[in-house]
Amino acid sequence: MRRLVVLPFAKSVEIAYKSIRARFFRSLVTTLTLVLAVSFLAFSQINIIIADNLLAAGDPDMYQTIIRCGYDVSPDDTSLAASPKQRWIVILSLLVCVVGIINAQLMSVTERFREIGTMKCLGALDRFVVRLFVMEAAMQGLAGALAGAILGGAGAILSALIRFGSGIFVNFPWQPVFLSLGLAICIGMFLSLAGVLYPAIIAARMQPVEAMRVEQ
Amino acid sequence: MTKKYIVRATDVTKDFDLGKIVVKVLKGIDLEIETGKYVSIMGPSGSGKSTLFNMIGGLDKPTSGKVFIDEVDIAQLDAYELAWLRCRKIGYIFQTFNLIPVMTALENVTLPMTFAGMPSEAAVAKGMQLLLDVGLDGRHAHKPSELSGGQQQRVAVARALANSPAIILADEPTGNLDLKTGAEIISLLKDMSEDQGVTVISATHDYKMLNVSDQVIWIRDGRVDKIQERDELKIHTGGMSS
Repeated sequence: MRRLVVLPFAKSVEIAYKSIRARFFRSLVTTLTLVLAVSFLAFSQINIIIADNLLAAGDPDMYQTIIRCGYDVSPDDTSLAASPKQRWIVILSLLVCVVGIINAQLMSVTERFREIGTMKCLGALDRFVVRLFVMEAAMQGLAGALAGAILGGAGAILSALIRFGSGIFVNFPWQPVFLSLGLAICIGMFLSLAGVLYPAIIAARMQPVEAMRVEQ
Repeated sequence: MTKKYIVRATDVTKDFDLGKIVVKVLKGIDLEIETGKYVSIMGPSGSGKSTLFNMIGGLDKPTSGKVFIDEVDIAQLDAYELAWLRCRKIGYIFQTFNLIPVMTALENVTLPMTFAGMPSEAAVAKGMQLLLDVGLDGRHAHKPSELSGGQQQRVAVARALANSPAIILADEPTGNLDLKTGAEIISLLKDMSEDQGVTVISATHDYKMLNVSDQVIWIRDGRVDKIQERDELKIHTGGMSS
């Protein structure tokens, strides 16, 4: 008979949730990086979608307004896409965000060395520790990505409203906007999980003896 | 009746490879610890006391020689079996208490039971009983930060007993406590050891601990210096006991 220790899924969600609540401010800072990156992504995507939609309507006045607002269009263009420069800025911001998350999660692992060691002394397996960290990151990721998508989406619509007037709501491209919001949320979740992977592995590899050590 | 040994070490050595030099910390230790006894491991710092202690607790593996816990050679165990051993057979008590700060006293006590697969209601019931046993009635919803040092160590004792282990390993359990609280924890450990027949092994500098010990193992320079039974002990520490 193989004798195994267990950690039920519901229990790990509970522990992860409590951990976030107990270190609310730290979690907030980590989440904030994600909120900013995802909102920037959502903002720039939706901005383009709305302008593209207006351009497709073929109104010459609107064409002039779009040019005045600084969009990069030539007279024969009937559609608008993000320029390579814009794409690079978005990608860079996402990269910076991942680095920020890794940094914050590494700090959090270091801070919790003794806690992790103790759990291992109580019989926790490496994968319990990984699961707890991934669960925390998933919760932070979901919250941050949702907040970021809402913030970015609302910002893009608001700025379009100011630039182009209420005309944007005629034939408003709801479907691509929501698709793009969904994509931004998925990317946010992915970034959060990608950021926690390395710190979680470091935490899981820690030896239980560490818990015994007394810092002078 | 033949004696049963819960821990056996035969010719245990442990080297730490520090790159350029290899430090021989344990130089061949043989010892047997009888089931149900209260054993103290004494020794100056640097004597290899902590290393031996970690080995007995299944936290570290010997370089050569064998350590048997409950007749199982720990070197033969894989990660899963070691985790199971730590969870079910051994209860740890630390100098720095090491409660999980985000959990309440009760959650700290029930965590090892959760790992052991005990259903939640049963774990809560047993956890409440254990907290009652260690004298923390009504404090179950408190976080470690809301408890005094002595109370935290009591929670740790309750946690160590959660899965009815065969061994309790206490590493300087009174090191961070004042004299009176330390004495209370020692007598609590002694009572628990007598009531439940659990073997208590503690590494300590605390001479108060000697008075309750059935056996004291003195470690010096990586070897067992001497092993004293309770009756010989009184002669030596009579002058020091309070």
